[in-house]
Amino acid sequence: MSLMSFITPSLVNSAVQSITPILLAALAGTLCGRVGVFNMAMEGQLLVGAFAAVVGSYATGSALGGVLFAIVFTVLFSLILAYGATVFKGDAVVICIGMNLLASGLTAYLLRQMFGVSGTFSDPAIVGLTKIRIDAINTIPWIGWIFSRQTAITWLAWILTAAVTIMMFRTPVGLRLRGVGEDASAAGTMGIDVTRYRVLTVLFAGGLTGLGGAQLSLGTVSIFSEDMSAGRGWIAVVAVMLGRNHPLWAALACVLFGVADALSVRLQSQGLPNQLTDIVPYVVTLLALALSHRKRLKRRAAETLTAHA
Amino acid sequence: MSEQSVRTTRLPRIPAVPLAIGIGILIGGLLVLASGGDPVAAYRAILVGALAPSNWPNTLNWAVPLVGMTLVAALPLRGGMVNLGGDGQLVIGGLVAALAALYLPLPGPLLIAASILCAMIASGLYASLAAWGETRFGIPMLISTLLLSYPAIGIASYLVGFPLRDMATGLAQTRMIPEAARLPVIAGPLNIGLILMIVVAIAVVFFDRRTVAGYELRMRGLNAKFAGYGGVRLAAQQIRVMFASGAIAGLVGAILVLGSLYRYQDGALLTPGYTWSGLMAALLAGGAPLGAIAAGLFFAGLQTGGFAMQRETEIPRVLTMVLQAVIILFLAIRHGVGRKSS
Repeated sequence: MSLMSFITPSLVNSAVQSITPILLAALAGTLCGRVGVFNMAMEGQLLVGAFAAVVGSYATGSALGGVLFAIVFTVLFSLILAYGATVFKGDAVVICIGMNLLASGLTAYLLRQMFGVSGTFSDPAIVGLTKIRIDAINTIPWIGWIFSRQTAITWLAWILTAAVTIMMFRTPVGLRLRGVGEDASAAGTMGIDVTRYRVLTVLFAGGLTGLGGAQLSLGTVSIFSEDMSAGRGWIAVVAVMLGRNHPLWAALACVLFGVADALSVRLQSQGLPNQLTDIVPYVVTLLALALSHRKRLKRRAAETLTAHA
Repeated sequence: MSEQSVRTTRLPRIPAVPLAIGIGILIGGLLVLASGGDPVAAYRAILVGALAPSNWPNTLNWAVPLVGMTLVAALPLRGGMVNLGGDGQLVIGGLVAALAALYLPLPGPLLIAASILCAMIASGLYASLAAWGETRFGIPMLISTLLLSYPAIGIASYLVGFPLRDMATGLAQTRMIPEAARLPVIAGPLNIGLILMIVVAIAVVFFDRRTVAGYELRMRGLNAKFAGYGGVRLAAQQIRVMFASGAIAGLVGAILVLGSLYRYQDGALLTPGYTWSGLMAALLAGGAPLGAIAAGLFFAGLQTGGFAMQRETEIPRVLTMVLQAVIILFLAIRHGVGRKSS
């Protein structure tokens, strides 16, 4: 079988779709990491976003309403980390573990109480996001398939990746933001309100992840399932680690994950059982972590040697 | 990073824990009220369901795996390490125990012992893989333990879904294990898994308080660098501790399979969510074994009570998960307030 028939345009199209929530969560993670707040609550934030999006879409009858709900409620949810890890000086790891479990429990509870169902909620009243058709490129083979049938959130995710990168490295706000993370006390001496920067960054990041959650529940399927984030938030944490808090490198890590995900979908259609193909992305992620850290260890060892020489 | 961050989670000052529980109950009550339920009836149902003498066996039966998974989390936490991979380790233990019980040609009690031992070794090795990854390659264990769960769960699910599937039933599960391999019953739902777990709990407390290795682990939790300068071989210690942690998870899996399920069933070990409840119980006590065991028992009571609440008031029992999360969040945040003033 040739490569071209193995990687079909529709496969790439679905890979781009599946990357979107992870990319937004990873972007959120890099922002938080840059201001010195370790965020590993993205799994829970995606879930809250996905749930709020379905509630909003169901209640308002429009996908936009769903997206707004997702952003607002995920930002509210992120208040726990934003204030807990800064003003109250709580431990970010513990707070994030608590948030992930709270998200899982709360969405499951509300799903039962608000809609009277457990497991999966689907209803014709949930309006999904429309796929944008761009007539100019729609007819071009490959490109049309990949780029033309995506949601606005997918487009926005990539635009935001570029915007956040520019903001972070080319603007005064970005400089202060990085300063807060690198040396909070020095930044404080320079007159920057460190806590304010941290709180606002974590909340903004919450909005980004909420957007990712909306893509998750309204992007392809228009349903909410319990724990539907299914490890994507954790993959985003890894992407942040792989990218060392740089949005572009993190985005690249997300693409790597998307490729692995597409590969698993493809292997499944070749007749391999999904229990095995589902683990491909996680194995790839682990391998990527091992490789990237090995290089880093070597470099560190070399630095130590030269430092002692 | 995980070392530093978890070191600061030595949570309890005495009033903090009851206060956190109070806040949890309050927020949970408001949630019930907001969704049109009666909080008083809900909490009464939880209390009766957990603590009425006739319900003790059920609560204890639920506590065995939960306290087990609490120890799984507490042991590394004592040394400032986080094991988020309990799910994968639990599944491996359960599956290996089932396979050993099905295929090892051994007589009665020996078969039980061998099955449990195989499960503990397999899970222990899998958990120490993450520790090895950190010491050898620098992959943070905080994330690698969690990521390693996915392949373990996936492969176990495949194995019982296809090659090892019991063809007589339509479900993804192994055949029933032979009578000889089943844990002897004490009374009602309780089997000798309870006694095994009590022995392990005592062993962990003894290790923590009375042994040199336990002291070294606590020292690492307080200050890993200092422990290292003091002569503790950190890498070896990390691998040993994770092996022990994983082995306890393997034991829990074995007890569930040999003691109550009598076969490995896809998903059956994970749906109750022992791992995460155990982790929260361990965090609640900052990794101190006795406190963690107490917290594990408390959560077990809360969850068995949750079943009664769902039966009697139709309020979904996931409410108890919300309560646990709120308690942990409050403690994590409130602890910071205390620390700032000191």
